[in-house]
Amino acid sequence: MSASILPLALENVSYASNGQPIISSVSLAIVAGPSTIILGANGAGKSVLMRLMHGLLAPASGTVSWREKDMGRVRRQQAMVFQRPVMLRRSALANVVYALAVAGVPAGEREAQALAALDEVGLRHLAQRPARVLSGGEQQRLALARAWALHPEVLFLDEPTANLDPGAVREIETVIKAFDAAGTKIVMATHNLGQARRLGDEVIYLQAGRVMERAPIEQFFARPATAEAAAFMKGELPWV
Amino acid sequence: MGAIAEGLRRVLELDRELWHIVALSLEVSLSAVLIATALGLPLGALLAVKRFAGRRTVIVLLNALMGLPPVVVGLLIYLLLSRAGPLGELGLLFTPGAMVIAQSVLVLPIIAALARQTLEDAWREYEEQLRSLGARELEAAFTLIWDARFSLVTAVLAGLGRAAAEVGAVMIVGGNIDGVTRVMTTAIALETSKGDLPLALGLGFVLIALVLAVNAAAQLIKEAAVRRYG
Repeated sequence: MSASILPLALENVSYASNGQPIISSVSLAIVAGPSTIILGANGAGKSVLMRLMHGLLAPASGTVSWREKDMGRVRRQQAMVFQRPVMLRRSALANVVYALAVAGVPAGEREAQALAALDEVGLRHLAQRPARVLSGGEQQRLALARAWALHPEVLFLDEPTANLDPGAVREIETVIKAFDAAGTKIVMATHNLGQARRLGDEVIYLQAGRVMERAPIEQFFARPATAEAAAFMKGELPWV
Repeated sequence: MGAIAEGLRRVLELDRELWHIVALSLEVSLSAVLIATALGLPLGALLAVKRFAGRRTVIVLLNALMGLPPVVVGLLIYLLLSRAGPLGELGLLFTPGAMVIAQSVLVLPIIAALARQTLEDAWREYEEQLRSLGARELEAAFTLIWDARFSLVTAVLAGLGRAAAEVGAVMIVGGNIDGVTRVMTTAIALETSKGDLPLALGLGFVLIALVLAVNAAAQLIKEAAVRRYG
């Protein structure tokens, strides 16, 4: 067992798009263990914050650093599941095999590992089906299988159930819990309070690109420390 | 209508000579498109994926090259291949090989530029996912080509249309030698200048029919594939 790539530290991270600030001087540490929920309204900057952590975006100022300094290893030890999964125009199985190939898994081992990952998310029976004709929920589970196959230490999830019906949401959440049980660090953005409670151990509440509050999940829901978080939970528009 | 019927009758009478011309036309243009596709798709994909200084200039140039006049390409390849030219020793001038080279040069920018546009749109959808999986630029470029393969058929067909329709380049580097480098377009030009309009017209119809058949086949394959893979 090699050393953890965590913690991940953000220091004074800011990001702007077209002169519009999206993330403003965020400093926080993501440590191994608790499932972290990034909570906030649409437009609060959750997706951008996730992308800054995952390395898809570079901060305009500030630093994003991992304990592990070998960036190749940092790269391989994290995966991300997007709100709208992008499926390659090939079979479900081939989509997982592709991820393993890019990750450098030897050709002879890919198919077995991919099938095991499909098993994990309950898609084995659809292995040969073209990925793009699967339903939205099945595609999202396939995206999770693609991540599962890579055995990442950290899994980022950006509103993975935003466009799905309740049945599909339950299936996705089951898989996310399995990741957690297997020891994967979960960092998930959502604006769904129920989901935050079901899957999270701690909450980072984001508003207008700033971290307003960070607390263990029960404490956050029972006694939010900021008026903004309390207002958000009451379903009020926090910027009014 | 009389001239058309006459033309088609004359075309059918030509038989062996005609089929040789048709076969050579297809051979030259398909070879050129094959070469231009093999080079043009990776070129277009890299332009879609890679960000580098001067990228926009390269794209503008490539788009402009789509409008290369065939006679100019013919002339340049002629100068390269002529006895005194840098590649004169190959002895390719006035052979089908020279015609393939000229048409490849003519078609390459078309396939590369259209592929670049198609793949850049695909890249917008795929970029985050592929980068998240850790794909490097070259890997991503070939993934895009494979995933957009049905859309890229259009770029390749545009190239084939250009190759099959052009007369200037093959005329100059091929010389329109009877039985050796005569293709449909040069034959049409010759028969027209000789005043044999019905035959020229008949050949023209055969050419149009061929282009139509290739496009129809490609469209059917594409539709079936899209139904299958989504």
